Amino acid sequence: METGFVGKAWTFGDHIDTDMIVPGKFLQILEPAGLAKIVLHGADPEFAAKVRPGDLLVAGINFGCGSSREHAPVALKAAGIPVVLAESFARIFFRNAINIGYPVLEVPGIHKGVTQGDQLSVDLATGAVKNLTTGATFRAKPLPPNILQILDAGGLAPLVAREIAAQKH
Amino acid sequence: MTMAEKVLARSGGVDEVAPGDIVTCEVDIAMSHEATAQMLEPMEKMGASRVWDPTRVVVLVDHWVPASNEATATMHKQVREFVRRWGVTNFYDVGRHGICHQILAEKGWVLPGDLCIGSDSHTTMLGGLGAFGTGVGPTEMAAVYSTGKIWLKVPNNLLIHCRGKLQEYVYGKDVILHAIGRLTVTGAIYKAVEYSGPGIAAMTVPDRLSISNMTVEMGGKAGLCPPDEKTREYLEKIHQRPFRPFATSDREATFQERLDLDLDTLGPQVACPPNVDNVKDISAVAGTKVDQIFVGSCTNGRIEDLRMALDVMDGRPVHPDARMIVSPASTDIYRQALEEGLVERFVDAGALVTQSSCGPCFGGHMGILAEGEVCLSTSNRNFIGRMGSRKSSVYLASPAVAGATAVVGSIADPRIT
Ligand code: SF4
Repeated sequence: METGFVGKAWTFGDHIDTDMIVPGKFLQILEPAGLAKIVLHGADPEFAAKVRPGDLLVAGINFGCGSSREHAPVALKAAGIPVVLAESFARIFFRNAINIGYPVLEVPGIHKGVTQGDQLSVDLATGAVKNLTTGATFRAKPLPPNILQILDAGGLAPLVAREIAAQKH
Repeated sequence: MTMAEKVLARSGGVDEVAPGDIVTCEVDIAMSHEATAQMLEPMEKMGASRVWDPTRVVVLVDHWVPASNEATATMHKQVREFVRRWGVTNFYDVGRHGICHQILAEKGWVLPGDLCIGSDSHTTMLGGLGAFGTGVGPTEMAAVYSTGKIWLKVPNNLLIHCRGKLQEYVYGKDVILHAIGRLTVTGAIYKAVEYSGPGIAAMTVPDRLSISNMTVEMGGKAGLCPPDEKTREYLEKIHQRPFRPFATSDREATFQERLDLDLDTLGPQVACPPNVDNVKDISAVAGTKVDQIFVGSCTNGRIEDLRMALDVMDGRPVHPDARMIVSPASTDIYRQALEEGLVERFVDAGALVTQSSCGPCFGGHMGILAEGEVCLSTSNRNFIGRMGSRKSSVYLASPAVAGATAVVGSIADPRIT
């Protein structure tokens, strides 16, 4: 998995809920490409047209609160956003992201420390985050080993596949 | 240990757990709704030949029932394919369906002390029966269906202790709205909540289900009520497996936080747009004009809720400037509402009764709001755009407030309507 990213930041506030990321009326879309076209529609209907692959998302606390829809991380991933940085994540969103092999990092101080359009660099391996525009540095909370194991495998499906295959032998 | 910790310890096969521990748990019951369609691919990838235990898997459709368009029809078709392909035997298709959490409760799939994993955030509702119920997404659920196991971090514990007794026209819904107003949407993040005390003991099981249901709105991982004789009675004729001895929190269990509520002084509560924690006493919002009243959802679409709304309406029609939509939470409730004459009473009052569906609750189908419209809903979320247009708004309250609001055409106090 790629572990280093540099990109332009889009900033969102606290409690960006799953209805804002993928509103209920779009839940019938299951194709990632279709979801990319409406990502964050509930927060900013123009966002999907503005975001470019490689851009980064920065948010406040409790990002992804609300429903268990996996559409939310799928949409963000499909939009080409390589990683989401937030003060904190809601638990189901967090698990869903990790389970589809999508890195999300809790970075204390990030919300106040980044303005829309700032260039950021993120190193997933070390957790080092730098605001290249201002020079400010941040450190992501380290992920526990069992979560790293899922990300390394490329998501929960390949990991479980390995376990099931191992049992059959 | 707390009740929640006891469930995680037992299902994790260890004597004791403490907050922060990561345990691999054996799941007692697993459920998925239309999200099952999204599980086809990960299940295929994982390579299991069957679901791990067909007696512990429940699949159903509830979000768009009956299918609302070609896309949702395809989704339902994929759910049926899934059921055949992986040998699911407990499947509730259109016509036998109900809202997922309600089906788990009313068909006796979940018992006190169970670890219940659902592909839906409001799986916390099963805590009303004393189970540790929590939601996951479809990929995670595919892993549960394949292996019967899930890793869980043991959460901190928050005790919400209720003394006193619910007053007339005040219900479980008002208790949880008030608690969320006090604690905010972050108040229970990553915590197991326990609702106990004489106020909970005196409450009906459906009231407890409404309370546990909305635990997730303050970030809670699970929300448990101690199981008791009422729980046993509720499950008496329907439980699908033998009961295990009911376990409650030890006297010396550690709760990292505690909130005390006095039910004697609690009146009807309303969560105002656009956040579930924007909770006010009914007196602060009475008179707010509404376009639509919705009685339904997993939170408050049970038979008691339908009766309550009608009791408050007391034979009066829905206000001419408003419309009322009623969705029973399951087919069984729908049938009972027919038998008791509730459907007829709603229709006589000018309300529209749908069959059971999540539809209006999440802006999926039936009863979508247009720009500028206002809805008073008995459901659980008033997020921006939750029931339709981004420029519509939703107030959350009990079915009693819904009944009063329906006849007045603006938010009204059921105690004086
Ligand atoms: S009724 Fe609403 S909250 Fe409950 S499961 Fe359905 S969509 Fe979710």
